[in-house]
Amino acid sequence: MNPNELLEKIAFNVIQGRVEAEDEGFDPGLEGRRGVTELVNEALNQNIDPKKILIESLTESMEIVGEKFEQNEYLIPDMLASAECVGVAMDLLSPHLIKAGVKSKGKFIIATVKGDLHDIGKNIVAIMLKGAGYEIIDLKSDVSTDRIVDALKENEAPFLGLSALLTTTMRNMENVIRELEKQGLRNKVKVLIGGAPTSKEFAAQIGADAYCKDAFQALEIMKKIASSP
Amino acid sequence: MLIVGEKINTSRKRIAEAVEKRDASFIGKVAQSQAQAGAHYIDVNAGTFLEKEADCLCWLVEAVQSAVDLPLCLDSPNPDALIAAIKHHNGEPMINSISLEKDRFSSLLPVVASHPCCVVALCMAETSMPATVEERVQVGSELIHKLTGQGIPLEKIYVDPLVQPVSVDIRMGNATLEAIRNIMNDFPGVNTICGLSNVSFGLPSRRLINRNFLALCMAYSLSAAILDPCDTELMSTLLAIEMLLGRDEYCENFIDAYQNGRLTMG
Repeated sequence: MNPNELLEKIAFNVIQGRVEAEDEGFDPGLEGRRGVTELVNEALNQNIDPKKILIESLTESMEIVGEKFEQNEYLIPDMLASAECVGVAMDLLSPHLIKAGVKSKGKFIIATVKGDLHDIGKNIVAIMLKGAGYEIIDLKSDVSTDRIVDALKENEAPFLGLSALLTTTMRNMENVIRELEKQGLRNKVKVLIGGAPTSKEFAAQIGADAYCKDAFQALEIMKKIASSP
Repeated sequence: MLIVGEKINTSRKRIAEAVEKRDASFIGKVAQSQAQAGAHYIDVNAGTFLEKEADCLCWLVEAVQSAVDLPLCLDSPNPDALIAAIKHHNGEPMINSISLEKDRFSSLLPVVASHPCCVVALCMAETSMPATVEERVQVGSELIHKLTGQGIPLEKIYVDPLVQPVSVDIRMGNATLEAIRNIMNDFPGVNTICGLSNVSFGLPSRRLINRNFLALCMAYSLSAAILDPCDTELMSTLLAIEMLLGRDEYCENFIDAYQNGRLTMG
């Protein structure tokens, strides 16, 4: 298989959500054919540029998955199957990317705020951003303002994602932003927020940079942020 | 099966509007329709009102109780809102909910211990969300021990094993079901309660999933459910399952519902 075919095959299988040969895909009749694991290994054996695999096979295919999700063709389980493919592919690619000196798109700190243990949405966003080439630092859930601010300073991360599912805890996002202001860090970091009770209005009210309805909107917003000076 | 009617929740647009306008007659009608459909408790939730939640919840308690002669299920993760609402409630409310999360537990425990009430014990640990059956049972057991230790009778405790979406993790249905069975076996006399709809989040045909999940939960000994009693397909399922599990003597309730046209046909 020539390199371009191989890259296309990987992308196709990410969209189908097939981690390995024994997996069924979104469409019928794919079982037994090589999945993402086998194909990425072959691409690496052929010495295809790992950065090319990342961008052409993973990032671009997740954008297609995002479109399918928007249009209700794909549901959450379909999206998660694709995300799992990206996760597996990233584990295979990471050592090669590091060796090739490929830098991530930047450190992205993500956390569910203090008092809130809900992490399903936050985890999905983390997987998606990882597949898009960001270095994810996941502080998990119920994370205090101090720990978030400390992690930002320690890692000099330019991006922060905050999640909350409860109306009682969403206010803690505001505390994080106020603390960043207090410490003179606010203009050094883009703050994205999300979670069921939050909204565009709420993001504006507390002074966040953006509200993300779901993981794909987070990706879109990151794309916009990256392309703006 | 104890039924808690879920419809008075401000995450529903028409309820939020009615609360905003203080339209007691609309709220009263929603309460009455649930009472007529067989609800034993009426759930009230004003969580979307944020800072105004406590005021709105208190108003809802009075609006609902002046329309129906039923106790309410006071529903909020916010202890302050619950404590305020209890004072406006006549009779014994159900407090929904306490959990092992530190602030929530320490501020609610004295209140539920000193007021006559039922209490929903949500299987949420102090620092993490339980994923497995074992974690749920462990948190549930700890809550039961702590609550009974304060003199709250087992029969007044409703353990909520935490329902999570199967769309995100297909093991979540089983995790809830097995937790219900274990808790009911380990603590004879205790109750278990679930909200059903979380299980179908992110999937199509949610009502189909929800009513089949209800049937499974009942088979695993669930004793109470937070649901829409005006959903006749759901209530028909509930009646059929109660009968099939041998909890409807002489099939009386089922036949009665049939004769009164309350069953969906088919």
